[in-house]
Amino acid sequence: MKTEEHSPEMKIDLLRQMLRIRRFEEKAAELYSAAKIRGFLHLYIGQEAIAAGAMRALTAEDAVVSTYREHGHALARGVAAAAIMAEMYGKAEGCCHGRGGSMHLFDVSKRFYGGNAIVAGGLPLALGLALADKLAGRARVTACFFGDGAVAEGEFHETMNLAVLWKLPLLLLCENNLYAMGTAIARALSETDLCKKAESYRMPAERIDGMDALAVAVASADATAAVRAGEGPRFLELTTYRFRPHSMFDPDLYRDKAEIAEWKKRDPLPRHIGRLKEEGLLDAAKIDAIERAVADELAQAVAFADAGTLEPVESLTRDVYARTP
Amino acid sequence: MTKLNYREALRDGLRDALVREPRAFLMGLDVGRYGGTYAVSRGLLEELGPERVRDTPLSESAFVGAGIGAAIGGLLPIVEIMTVNFSLLALDQIMNNAATLRHMTGGQLAVPLVIRMTTGAGRQLAAQHSHSLEGWYAHIPGLRILAPATVEDARGMLWTALMDPDPVLIFEHAALFGLEAELEGAVTPVDIDHAKIRRAGKHVSLVTYGGTLHKTLAAAETLAKDGIDAEVIDLRSLRPLDTETIIASVKKTRRAVIIDEGWRSGSLSAEISARVMEQAFYDLDAPVERVCTAEVPIPYAKQLEEAALPQPETIVQAARKTVGTHV
Repeated sequence: MKTEEHSPEMKIDLLRQMLRIRRFEEKAAELYSAAKIRGFLHLYIGQEAIAAGAMRALTAEDAVVSTYREHGHALARGVAAAAIMAEMYGKAEGCCHGRGGSMHLFDVSKRFYGGNAIVAGGLPLALGLALADKLAGRARVTACFFGDGAVAEGEFHETMNLAVLWKLPLLLLCENNLYAMGTAIARALSETDLCKKAESYRMPAERIDGMDALAVAVASADATAAVRAGEGPRFLELTTYRFRPHSMFDPDLYRDKAEIAEWKKRDPLPRHIGRLKEEGLLDAAKIDAIERAVADELAQAVAFADAGTLEPVESLTRDVYARTP
Repeated sequence: MTKLNYREALRDGLRDALVREPRAFLMGLDVGRYGGTYAVSRGLLEELGPERVRDTPLSESAFVGAGIGAAIGGLLPIVEIMTVNFSLLALDQIMNNAATLRHMTGGQLAVPLVIRMTTGAGRQLAAQHSHSLEGWYAHIPGLRILAPATVEDARGMLWTALMDPDPVLIFEHAALFGLEAELEGAVTPVDIDHAKIRRAGKHVSLVTYGGTLHKTLAAAETLAKDGIDAEVIDLRSLRPLDTETIIASVKKTRRAVIIDEGWRSGSLSAEISARVMEQAFYDLDAPVERVCTAEVPIPYAKQLEEAALPQPETIVQAARKTVGTHV
C-alpha cells in the first residue's frame, strides 16, 4: 500500500465508513421491527471493517459482486443510502424500484452487481465480469464478496479453478464469519483452512483479521494491485463474526453466548477508534462530528424512503423482457 | 443454392455471428480443439483463436454464469451446453440469474446471452442424454426459448437470438443433425417472434416444434392420402408462444393436435391445449388431442425408445380421432 493511503484522512475515512454501516444497520433493524422493512433482513453488524477496508482498494471502473448480506458493501461502494433504504421499503425510488429488496441491491452506475441471494451464485457472475474485462483489454478488477458458506458449494470450486486457469482479474473476498446460517464451519467443511483451498487451485491466498479495518485495507490494496497488474486472481480470507443473528427470523440457538461476547470484544469500531485516539488523530469532538454527519445522512435516507411512492401495480410485468410481450 | 445439413447450417450461423460481431464469443465443453461434441464448431478455433472459441472444463454452472457475467460486462457470449440433461447443472445460473436480473434490478441490467444445447431422443442414448426439457425452460419468465426445426432456422436463428437483448436458449434437436436442405448462399436472420405454418391445410391443425416437425409433416402426408388436409404449425419460439398463429389456425380447422416430445404432464402441450380451450373453445369441433412422449425415462433399446416417442403413426391416429367421419 502506498504511504499516502496510510494518511490520517484514510484512517478517519475507514471510521466514517464503518460508522455509516453500523448506524444504517441498527436503523434497519428498528425499521424492520416497525414493519417498514419486510422480507429477509441480514445485518452486517460486526463485519463492517471488511466492506470499509476492502472497498477503498477499488476504483469507480472496477466491479463489485456481493451477497444477500450486502447493505454494508453497497454503502461503502457509494450506492446512495437513500436509494438503499427506499429499496428496502419497497418503494419506487429504491435502487431497484422495489423489485429487489434488502437481498438484491444493485446499482449499475456504481458497478455494484448485487445483492445475490443464492449462496455462491455470484461467483460465476464475477468470473464473467472479469472475463469480459480481460477480453476487452481493460485493466479493471472485479471484487467478489462471499461467505464461508459459499465454500461448500460447487460454484465456488468451479470459479476458483477457472479464475486461475484463465488468469482473470478477480479479487475473491471470503468473509469467514464461522457460520453458514446456523452451521458452524467445522460442521460443514472437512478442511476449515480456506486459504489451503485457494492454494490447491494455485491461487495466492492470505488470511487477514477481518475485525481490523486497517489490516483489511492494506491487504486489499496489495491484492488489488497484483490483480490489476495482470498477475491473475487473489484470494483473501477475512476472519470475522456477525454480532446479530443470521436474519431477523433467526433465534440464534446454535451459538454460545460466551462466544458472541468474546467476539464482541474485538468489535472493529472501538478497536479502530482506540487506535486513532492513541495516534492522536481523534478526540471526542471529532467522533461526535462524524457521528452527527452519519446521523444526518441516515435521517435523510429514512425521510426519503418514508416519502417514497409505491410502484403502480400496472408496472408489475415491466422489465421482465426488454420489450413487454 | 447450396446443399447443407442441419449441423453445417448451425456451423455457418455460428461462424457468421462470430465473424460479424466482435463482441461475440463461443464458450463451452470441447467447442475448440475437439471441434464441438456434434462437430458444430469444427474449424472455428483454427480460424478465430482460443479467445473467441473458448474451451471450458466440466463446470456448467461456472461457465454459464460466466456467460451471464460477460453479457453484463458488455460482451455477447454464446454458451454451448453439450446436452439438455447437463444444463441442469447450470439451472441455478439460468433460472436465478439470467432470467431474473433484468427484473430484479428494476431494469438496470440486460443479459444478452445465447445458450445453445442439444435436446431430444432418437439416438439410443438412454435416460441421461435424451430428454426434451425445453418445456421446463419455457415455464420461466425472462427467458426466450427457441427450437430450430429446419436447416434454414438452424442457420439463421442464432443471429436473431444474439441481437436480442434478453437471454435466449436455443434447443437443437439431436436427431436433426443429418437433415439436409437446399439454401441460398448467405446467412439470413430468422424471425423468432412468430410460428411458421409449414404446411397449409383446412381440416386439422397439427401444432409442433423441433424434432417432431418432420414426423408431423410425414403424418400430414399420410392423412392427405385419406383426404384429410392437415395444417402443420412449427412453433419455433416456445417462449413467448405465438398464440395468435395457433388460434387463427384452430379457428379455421376447428380441430387441434399438439405434438410434443416432452412428457405430457405439466407440459408445453398442456399449456397450448389450455390456450386453445381459453381462446377458441367455441370454435372447436372435437376435443384437443395430444401426442407426447410416454411418461418414462427414455430407455436405451431401440424398440422401447421408438415406442416412447411420438411417431408419424400415433400422430395420424390422433388427427383421425379429432376428425372422425366429419371431414
